Amino acid sequence: MSADVIIRVEDVKKYYNDGKVKALDGVSTEIRRGEVVVIIGPSGGGKSTLLRSLNLLEEPTSGKIYFEGKDITDPKINIDLHRQKMGMVFQHFNLFPHMTILHNMTLAPTRVLKKSKQEAEAKAMELLARVGLQDKANNYPQQLSGGQKQRVAIVRALCMDPDVMLFDEPTSALDPEMVGEVLEVMQQLAREGMTMAVVTHEMGFAREVGSRVLFLADGKLVEEGTPEAMFEHPQSPRLQDFLSKVLR
Amino acid sequence: MAEAYALWKAMSSAGEEITVWQSIFVKFYQAFIEADRWLQYLEGMATTLYVTVIAILIGIVLGVIVASIRTAHDQQRRRKSVVLGVLDFICKVYVTIVRGTPMMVQLMILGFVIFKSSRNFTMVGALGLGLNSGAYVAEIIRGGLMSLDQGQSEAGRSLGLGYLDTMRFIVVPQAFKAVLPALGNEFIILLKDTSLLTVIGGKELVHAAQGIMNRTWEQMYPLFGISVLYLVMVMILSWLQGKLERRLRQSER
Repeated sequence: MSADVIIRVEDVKKYYNDGKVKALDGVSTEIRRGEVVVIIGPSGGGKSTLLRSLNLLEEPTSGKIYFEGKDITDPKINIDLHRQKMGMVFQHFNLFPHMTILHNMTLAPTRVLKKSKQEAEAKAMELLARVGLQDKANNYPQQLSGGQKQRVAIVRALCMDPDVMLFDEPTSALDPEMVGEVLEVMQQLAREGMTMAVVTHEMGFAREVGSRVLFLADGKLVEEGTPEAMFEHPQSPRLQDFLSKVLR
Repeated sequence: MAEAYALWKAMSSAGEEITVWQSIFVKFYQAFIEADRWLQYLEGMATTLYVTVIAILIGIVLGVIVASIRTAHDQQRRRKSVVLGVLDFICKVYVTIVRGTPMMVQLMILGFVIFKSSRNFTMVGALGLGLNSGAYVAEIIRGGLMSLDQGQSEAGRSLGLGYLDTMRFIVVPQAFKAVLPALGNEFIILLKDTSLLTVIGGKELVHAAQGIMNRTWEQMYPLFGISVLYLVMVMILSWLQGKLERRLRQSER
């Protein structure tokens, strides 16, 4: 395994109901350091399941997932140690509603990384300033708009200094006029060299920011390649059909 | 007052006519004031409150333990732990038995069978109520834990927080707010159920009223009296609960 491979997925399968539902049916791929891998595909095709398998929020039925060279599907491994290096952003933000924005961001650094409160807060304020939300530090999540919540969710994950960021449809629950501000933050993150895996329906983002695109349908990795190759010259009929519907 | 009572009571027992108001006064006086009977009500009320507090404490401790075991058992995703499986089974049996049999029968079994040589039936009763309440509290807490959006604990775990930290800082504080109305309801029911202690000889408020009824041959005034006392206690309890709920909500505004 070459040194710059950060995540390797080997023949991962995820079955429900004793194999009657195959959410993932043998997917293998790699994510290299600095890459922005965009995962597209029809609903129920396994995109989110694959992404959630990467930090084991979804336990694969079989197959292996290596993160920085370690097999994290090994039951003996302490998954918490690896999850702290994988930031995750959810469709529904999942901010903690009973904590202020600042507390949302400092909880894990102080509990997991054992940072001092001052240190964690300084870092959180710096990150909030980067997404233009420093004046919301002492507000509660309910007081923020969807776009603001998602930006907070992104910097909350960044507070842990992750090696890779996982995005699970980060703009799907947003009002259309707020999609831009979230994509902008993600784009900035990509420019700074963050390794990212993004499940999204934003084809514009996939085309502009993605270094590689994976097309998942029926639990299988149907096609992968550069955005140009995927969008301009799709090979498989399944992808052609999908693109003809979403691009119009 | 004492002279008026003595006079009118004597007239009434001699078969002489007294007015309605005089009759009310006589009965009220003999139910509450004669021989300092109000003290017996107060003592009964103190015991009722004391038993309630002990039972609530037992109920909370038991409920939290049982709910934790059952939730941890249901939420484990990797290898199933055998120890948790056994504990979960015990908890299920406990909840089923407690919820499936009448509280009065449970109290009688505790008082007349298991602790029949005990002389402190008030404490036996408190234990019984606590054991009973624990099962309901466990189900209330478990419901609160389960009702919380799965995304909350996923967000915690994805940040690298362990199961216990995620529970402690993210799930439990939110679940607590959600279960407070149901818990308050449970404790109000518990307070009133202390009256069942009378059947095994607990010396609480109903016991006090019964003693006075037996002595004075008058039922209405003692029963109305203790009803008012129960009502006052419950109203204070629900006022406290409302206050706590408001304070918890404030933190989000």
